Amino acid sequence: MRPWRTLALLITLVAVVFGTLAAGVRWSDASWTPNLALDLEGGTQIILEPQVEGGGQLTASDIDQAIEVIRQRVDSSGVAEAEITSQGGQNIVVALPGQPDESTLDLVRRSAQTRFRVLLAEGAPEPVDPAMLTPEDGSDGTDGTEDADGTDDPVVGGEGTEEPDTAEPGGDVTEVPTDGTEGTTDGAGLPGTGVGGATSMARPLEPTEPTDEDATGTEGEDAGEEATEEPSTTAPQDLEEAAFQLADADGDGELSDEPATEPTSASDQAWVTEQVAFDFYVLDCTDPANRIGGGGDDPDAPLVTCAQDGTAKYILGPAELEGTDIASATSGLRTNDQGQVLNDYAVYLDFTAEGGRIFNEVTTRLATLTGTGQNRFAIVLDTLVISAPQVEEAIPNGEASITGSPGNGFTQQEAATLANQLSFGALPINFTVQSEEQISATLGSEQLQRGLLAGLIGLLLVVLYSLLQYRGLALITVLSLVVAGALTFGVIAVLSWLQGYRLSLPGVAGLIVAIGITADSFVVYFERIRDEVREGRRLDAAVDQGWKRARRTILASDAVNLLAAVVLYFLAVGGVRGFAFTLGLTTIIDLVVVFLFTHPTMQLLVRTRFYGGGHRFSGLDPEHLGASAAPAYRGRGSFRSPAEREARGGTIAERRAAAARAAAADRDDADGGDADDLVGTGNTAKEDR
Amino acid sequence: MASFAQFGNELYSGKRSYDIVGRRRRWFMISAVLLLLSVVLLLTRGLNPGIEFRGGSEFMISGTAITDQQPAHDALAEVAPTQEARVSTVGTNAVRVQTEELTDEETTELRELLAEAYEVDVNDVTASFVGPTWGQSVTNKALRGLVIFLVLVTVVMALYFRRWTMAAGALVALLHDLVITVGLYAGVGFEVTPATVIGFLTILGYSLYDTVVVFDKVRENTEGVLDQSRYTYAEAANLAVNQTLVRSINTSVLAVLPVASILFVGAFLLGAGTLRDIALALFIGMIVSTASSVFIAAPVEVALRGRNPAVREHTEKVMAARERRAAEAAASGEDPEAALADARPGGLVAGAHLGQRAQPRRKRQRR
Repeated sequence: MRPWRTLALLITLVAVVFGTLAAGVRWSDASWTPNLALDLEGGTQIILEPQVEGGGQLTASDIDQAIEVIRQRVDSSGVAEAEITSQGGQNIVVALPGQPDESTLDLVRRSAQTRFRVLLAEGAPEPVDPAMLTPEDGSDGTDGTEDADGTDDPVVGGEGTEEPDTAEPGGDVTEVPTDGTEGTTDGAGLPGTGVGGATSMARPLEPTEPTDEDATGTEGEDAGEEATEEPSTTAPQDLEEAAFQLADADGDGELSDEPATEPTSASDQAWVTEQVAFDFYVLDCTDPANRIGGGGDDPDAPLVTCAQDGTAKYILGPAELEGTDIASATSGLRTNDQGQVLNDYAVYLDFTAEGGRIFNEVTTRLATLTGTGQNRFAIVLDTLVISAPQVEEAIPNGEASITGSPGNGFTQQEAATLANQLSFGALPINFTVQSEEQISATLGSEQLQRGLLAGLIGLLLVVLYSLLQYRGLALITVLSLVVAGALTFGVIAVLSWLQGYRLSLPGVAGLIVAIGITADSFVVYFERIRDEVREGRRLDAAVDQGWKRARRTILASDAVNLLAAVVLYFLAVGGVRGFAFTLGLTTIIDLVVVFLFTHPTMQLLVRTRFYGGGHRFSGLDPEHLGASAAPAYRGRGSFRSPAEREARGGTIAERRAAAARAAAADRDDADGGDADDLVGTGNTAKEDR
Repeated sequence: MASFAQFGNELYSGKRSYDIVGRRRRWFMISAVLLLLSVVLLLTRGLNPGIEFRGGSEFMISGTAITDQQPAHDALAEVAPTQEARVSTVGTNAVRVQTEELTDEETTELRELLAEAYEVDVNDVTASFVGPTWGQSVTNKALRGLVIFLVLVTVVMALYFRRWTMAAGALVALLHDLVITVGLYAGVGFEVTPATVIGFLTILGYSLYDTVVVFDKVRENTEGVLDQSRYTYAEAANLAVNQTLVRSINTSVLAVLPVASILFVGAFLLGAGTLRDIALALFIGMIVSTASSVFIAAPVEVALRGRNPAVREHTEKVMAARERRAAEAAASGEDPEAALADARPGGLVAGAHLGQRAQPRRKRQRR
């Protein structure tokens, strides 16, 4: 109702959009123009070549699956439209628009295979401290104490059956090793590393040697004992020497690569050979270079690796499950047995039938190892451990949940990241990057220019047509379109900075189409105003009444478009997603412009003499619009036609007005005085009511 | 354009009226013929999916000093004139050309032509098969999204208009538009690209949007229609369609102008072939959508609504009242036609009391 105030709001909005953009350009890496998509700007093309292990045959469905996983990864990083295709039935070609940053490239290059491995040993991230070497024979009792840090580790539990009842401070979850207080829980915290670094560096750094290390002969020199608090500063050869001595269990001066005994299961400590132990001792997980990952680990061999965040290192058994055994992984708020929603998050895993069966076997075995602290498995992505939850009991139904430890639960972010890694992380095949090259736009720039030129001609025709149809009102149409255009440009530029939005040629076409949809809002509005004028309302009343009716229509029809945009955005992938984004954006901008610009401007203009007076060229001329065309009510359910009315000299009010004018004219002639103008802005409207 | 405004005035007041709802059989026949034609076109000519959907051939020219795109277009035009190549430069001295799948002879021929055009040895031009960028999974996800959208939008419309008939009418019009658009597109024989699919999706939104605008007027006109006996539901709906006719024409002209400009000026005069697919899909779709909102959606809605016992009863009541009035008029010597001509739908809905807003105003003081 207060046009100036509404306009001020619009100006603020435009200022905010362009202010954000300006700030982005000034202090960040935004640019004044929107980023363009692959077809218009070109980008980087990465060709991935599959690595077939053991001469296996690649099927088309393997490739399709891999393409889908990569697409999900790329889509999850924004709305940039990547092109992913297979080449020669083997290679996968991924084309990313523009100059993608390293992290986006990593999404594609990461060979990422998720594997579940049993955890055999965990240690502090630093390499072993040679000072420790003085064989003070670590057969001391450190073995059983690895659980001291158990408080902050994820826990895995059977989905739905019984959730760890961590709501009560009993904290049995932390008491891993021996006693049976876990009766109330099916999961308990054990050392491990949570996603977001749940394992704190501050805890006692005790490399936890397997309890039954003697079985493998890897030796009891315990590498741990508070000694390794600080990163080792020793020269590497010293380190290697020390590690060598530590690892060389039988003292024969050679590192054996063969398990001392035939391992009976993946949890068997026999997997920790001298070589494995040596690697473990030497590995420095505080060095980021060791945490790049890269895949290609042998699923049938033990693995020595780091936690992804570098807070621990591990010896892991052979892989038990592959990422492809996970049907889905989601994250959400945790509920306890009573169905109460708790204030922390969990990741819910759903295994495939086959995966569920194996998972059952593994968890059954691990549950029996509770006492030894070996009841943990590690989820390995790209050879790095992203989570190492512990298992308290067999989980038979193929559904599991991973929760944070009591007092240090997952945040939403952590849970969502882990779920994402678990569901998108699994590629069925390993790939190596065969080539990575710049690629030019698939459409020549002259093509784009011609397209835009054609669009401009179309825009000009729109202006001409609305001038023809709405005369003076075309001014509002054109101004509104200009405002809509400016807002769209600004928002797209901001979004391409913040969200990675990129404008493709279909996107440009979509924006041109949006001209039509935006213009329709004005058409609906103007036609409603004209309808009200035809009904015989004064112009200012017609604007108010017409707006009320037009508003409903505009809201209803835009709601349909918005619904389409939202549904398609969340459910579709690739190009359709980009389309949905453009559609939603233009619909919202249409609403903003109509509500904050067109209507208030109309309200203001109708106060002017040109528009409000219904000038012949204003497009609101009541005579022209046939305000008198509407029949007048005669009473008793019948009407008088305009012609009939005309014959009688108009309505009573009109006749009186005419008489008054005549009288005023007489007076004017007489004394030159001015007639009091009582008729107001709608003076030409012939009121029928 | 006084005559057009005059046209609008007459349509609004009901002085000029096209019996669109009443002659629905005619429109349904026409649309049935169009639908049949579309289905026949779809079945005989079929859609011609582009390289993005079914893959194609890829030629890599390495070690060339020429990185222009035009020679590749020219070479392809010699081998397969109907195709549009996707050409891009890779790195600094290589050119990638993607085409639809070619036969072995065509492949050999194009390799030689490309080698010649880019002044390299034939062995530096490698040909391979490239898979679809728009795979089956993309299509499946888009379809799933569509189905969910349609279910949701039906519910939303049924709730907004408080009548399921309107949601049904809008859906019928939507399907009608999509089938005809896709069918005519197949008839023209342009390649179906992702841009085309985007165009079809736009039409989906546009068709519903346009129908909602018309239905909103129908809803407004038919509010309380059962509480009076001067005109029937169908007549009120027909008036609404007539009253929105000018808006429908103006909107479709405004929306089609830029698209037509891209299609005819851009694609045919300037030769911007890459936009012609989406422009054609939109051009057909927008015209069909606007027409169907008027000629299909509203008549279907009235036909469905007419099955409602309350509405049928009301129609009979109105007709009976008319006959009575005509008879009365005839009895009192008046022209029965004239007595009935007054029965203008609309304008009789009791409005709110305007209070002092109905009073003449003093001219605003300049502030």
